[in-house]
Amino acid sequence: MAVHLSWDLGWDVRQLLAFPFMVNALRAGTIVAVVAGAIGYFMVLRRESFAGHTLALIGFPGAAGATWLGINESAGFFGFCVAGALVIAALPAQGRANPLGGYGERSAVIGTVQAFALACGLLFVTLYHGLLSGLNDLLFGTIIGITSRQVVTLLVAGVAALAVLAVIARPLLFATVDADVARARGVRVRLVGAAFLVLLGVAAAGTSQVTGTLLVFALLVAPAATAVRITARPVAGVVLSVVIAVVVTWLGEGVAYFSPYPIGFWVTTFAFGFFLLAGGYRALADRRG
Amino acid sequence: MLSQPFMQHALLAGTAVAILSGIVGYFVVLRGQVFAGDALSHVAYAGALAALAAGLDLRFGLFAATVGVGIVLGLLGGRGVADDVVIGTTFAWVLGLGVFFLALFTTRHAAGDSTASVNVLFGSIFGISAGAATAAAVIAAGLVAVVLLMARPLLFASLDPAVAAARGVPVRVLGPLFLGVVGASAAEASQVVGALLLFGLLAAPPAAAQRLTGRPWVALALSAGLATVSVWAGLVLAYEFPTLPPSFTILAVSTGVYAVVALAPSVRGTGRRLRRYG
Repeated sequence: MAVHLSWDLGWDVRQLLAFPFMVNALRAGTIVAVVAGAIGYFMVLRRESFAGHTLALIGFPGAAGATWLGINESAGFFGFCVAGALVIAALPAQGRANPLGGYGERSAVIGTVQAFALACGLLFVTLYHGLLSGLNDLLFGTIIGITSRQVVTLLVAGVAALAVLAVIARPLLFATVDADVARARGVRVRLVGAAFLVLLGVAAAGTSQVTGTLLVFALLVAPAATAVRITARPVAGVVLSVVIAVVVTWLGEGVAYFSPYPIGFWVTTFAFGFFLLAGGYRALADRRG
Repeated sequence: MLSQPFMQHALLAGTAVAILSGIVGYFVVLRGQVFAGDALSHVAYAGALAALAAGLDLRFGLFAATVGVGIVLGLLGGRGVADDVVIGTTFAWVLGLGVFFLALFTTRHAAGDSTASVNVLFGSIFGISAGAATAAAVIAAGLVAVVLLMARPLLFASLDPAVAAARGVPVRVLGPLFLGVVGASAAEASQVVGALLLFGLLAAPPAAAQRLTGRPWVALALSAGLATVSVWAGLVLAYEFPTLPPSFTILAVSTGVYAVVALAPSVRGTGRRLRRYG
């Protein structure tokens, strides 16, 4: 049965679901998108997107090392990302302000650490004597090869992360909007922030497994940034962010299935497209209002 | 070891690129423009693979993309830096474009597998040809000359742009010109350690040099020296232990040098305190 796109939508969807690997990819993608959309929303509000990027890069040697040692790849992603989150949370607060616009040595150090993490990943892949295409899949994602076990792992991690997020959402939002007042009202700002970084580690680890290490921004940042530009209300923002992330994932995986081009390209392109549309909408609304 | 032609080429290109990266990187760190390096590493990947997909020489796309984007960043630089979300989303998409070109390239050339992508991302210094090594060395020498020519005004403009502008330093021309040079250096460094690992040469040695001395000219020389030592030590290590990829060993040495330099004072301080109270 040759895979081709037709005008009959039902036939297209049946084709899409004909192979178990695609069903697994869609399941994993949906779980990851929901988690990334929700946690990404808070990450964008807290301006911690650079931490999310760093965590994803730290996950790469974790996954490559796990493959080399014959351990489950998911375990490597989650282990390294959560450990990395704990390290970042332990750093003094001023040390992890946004270094993209940052000055001098601090951003140089972060850049070096990121590059070194990637180099370690390269080392592990080389030691594994694996095919180099495996390296591309780790970095840029693939729709092939997500196992049922991986889907279960993602589901358990995702549900746990969302449950914790639901518990800490209110104090987290409070601490994000006004840390000083929140502290005065008895919110344990530091603890909440650290807990959130761990959640971010879980989200980055999950997202890496679908979009690849280098493209986590497509699901973790772009949908949330789009939502922030459309609505200022937190609940609506979280819902919108999740919906956009899921739509981007489904579109990306669906189109990748029918086209010769990989998921990494489609997911980033759709996410970027939504982001640009929202930016245009914002500009129009500002001019009119 | 030195009798192997591939090692000679690697040393020639590696040394030239290390000196260039050390010198350019010093100004990058001094001017707080590390983010631009991050941007250029993404663009380098997309540019190189676009050239491959179009059937051109890889280096053509590499240089065209990085120098072009570097100059554009420099021209935009005056008007406030976009926030991290915009930067991150845009560069994720640029990398996505790179993956697209990779797919175009691999589908068009049945023989072409994904090694090209891995080489751009992580470098392939041991695979560099005599011609490519010579070209890299000549370009690096030219760029070093350009940077040294503008070093004095650039240093002035980096430390105090307002006073420099008042004293007649053409700050507006220097900024884009310098980022153009950074772009070319990024393209050069991509050939040695790969686009993803640029910071091993462009950020770690200058950060270490700045910790060791406050005098700009000494730091500049030290930065170039540390970068060169990292490349040499990395190449020797990779030669002695063939399982280790050279990009990893170079990165390991340069990161290690920075770690030692950054941690040494606090260790020494602890020792002094222990002696005093012990």
